[in-house]
Amino acid sequence: MIKVENVSFTYPSGVNALKNVSIEISNGEFVAIMGENGAGKTTLVKQFNGLLKPGEGDVYVDGRNTRDLSVAELSKDVGLVFQNADHQLFCETVEDEIAFGLRNFGFSNRVNKKRVKWALTLLNLQEYRKTSPFMLSGGERKRVALASVLAWKPRVTILDEPTVGQDQSQKERLLQFVRQLNTQGNTVILVTHDLEFVAECDPRVVLMSHGRIVADGPAKKILTNPKLIKKTSLILPQITQLFFRLADLGFPKDVISIYEAKELINDFVARRS
Amino acid sequence: MKAFEGLRFKRTSSFIHQLDPRVKFVLSCVVFILAIMFTELLPLTILLSVQLPLVYLAHVHKEWLSSLRSSLILATMIFLTNVIVGYMSSEFQLTSSVLTYSSSMTLRFVTLVASFSIFFLTTSPDDLGLALEQSHFPYEFAFAFTTAVRFVPVLANEAQMIIDAQKSRGLELEKGNFLKRIRNYLPILIPLIVNAIRRSLELAEAMESRAFGAKEHRTNLFALKIKMNDVLVLIVTLAILAFSIYIRLYVKIPIVEIPTF
Ligand SMILES: Nc1ncnc2c1ncn2[C@@H]1O[C@H](COP(=O)(O)OP(=O)(O)O)[C@@H](O)[C@H]1O
Ligand SMILES: [Mg+2]
Repeated sequence: MIKVENVSFTYPSGVNALKNVSIEISNGEFVAIMGENGAGKTTLVKQFNGLLKPGEGDVYVDGRNTRDLSVAELSKDVGLVFQNADHQLFCETVEDEIAFGLRNFGFSNRVNKKRVKWALTLLNLQEYRKTSPFMLSGGERKRVALASVLAWKPRVTILDEPTVGQDQSQKERLLQFVRQLNTQGNTVILVTHDLEFVAECDPRVVLMSHGRIVADGPAKKILTNPKLIKKTSLILPQITQLFFRLADLGFPKDVISIYEAKELINDFVARRS
Repeated sequence: MKAFEGLRFKRTSSFIHQLDPRVKFVLSCVVFILAIMFTELLPLTILLSVQLPLVYLAHVHKEWLSSLRSSLILATMIFLTNVIVGYMSSEFQLTSSVLTYSSSMTLRFVTLVASFSIFFLTTSPDDLGLALEQSHFPYEFAFAFTTAVRFVPVLANEAQMIIDAQKSRGLELEKGNFLKRIRNYLPILIPLIVNAIRRSLELAEAMESRAFGAKEHRTNLFALKIKMNDVLVLIVTLAILAFSIYIRLYVKIPIVEIPTF
């Protein structure tokens, strides 16, 4: 469990990136942290694995204060995958890349082999086992980066802007994957401003703006609140926009998923005929 | 990464910032010449202290002090080397003249750092490029220079992101013996270099698609012009140089000795 208590954080340059932020994330939750560029999302998740320590307030991971632990100790439980895969790939083969974290955490060779194989399969990378990560396409590199963190099975997985630069079919695969990860009991935290992506997963949404948490609740409630959404420079999901316009016909306004939309329209048509 | 701070241009406006970069360069060179010309403590101290008003005029005292601070290690090394060599060559006695000489050498170094730090802190890379170009350096050279200077902060920023990413994968930089520690930096250096090369290729493509090098002679949107202030500063600088040469040649400089204990 991650517990953030009244945390404020200021970068040495003087930017006040977090202002009195408090939040609790329980085990097994699926959370999307959203907000405009520069809202402080990345700064917040860097507190979760100790890359940044709070200026004021405290962050606890499973009851342990992050101030007392190293990044390596925390990362074993809290895996953070950054947006740009090119900031971490450096090995000769995809296999080595995935094993890097495992070796750092001191897993035995036998476990290493097993986990590498597991992660390769998980992200559909088996055929690139011996390929140089630098030869792969952007989407594949991103998958390697993800695999290299999932390999040590952190209980919490944080993905920072996972959908940037991915095409639609890659996004869909990612969506399935993230859901699967969560149904297996992992805590998943997505940092993104891809509203359509979040609308499809239906997680708990934490909305940030200018270093503060401005809303926290189920996606269905937050993504369909025009005032909140506008405040953070987002726009309503397309499905929601459609149902806003259909409201005259008696449709509800808080619809975000295609599945629900289909059900509602089916009902409507059935009632009419 | 902190070491660059003291050389990084600070975008504010001041009398010093607005001076022509060529004039500022002459000023820095004159300080350089003077620092080489004198070996006595007194003139070197004066040389260092006359720069203080310039620092305050330019509002860069914080950055200037930080560049002096980062030169401290090297300054200490210069001092110690001089003391040790002097000590050994004067039959293993720590004489007052050895101490004095070592102090002047160190002071000379600090003076040079101080003056070039003022130059880089108050001159934007763009102005510097223009100055090089208008002093008839080839444009490619001027461009390479300004680009390199401009990318230093970008690179520093990127290095931090790479360090964050690798630490999140369990990398511990301070772990292990000396050799292991050097090896620890590989996961940081490789992505940094690969990305720098990738970016330079992208930059080359972007420049070529905007007709870089299409014409022999480029025209500039901005041109540097010598203003009244520049002329004044130049005159004062040259006068100081002439005066100092006169002193060097014809005046005996009072010796300030550092006593031994
Ligand atoms: N390393 C840094 N040094 C100084 N300021 C930073 C740094 N990283 C981020 N910031 C600033 O902190 C604020 C929040 O940044 P960030 O957490 O990256 O936002 P987000 O991830 O929501 O886009 C921004 O104003 C950003 O400019
Ligand atoms: Mg971010």
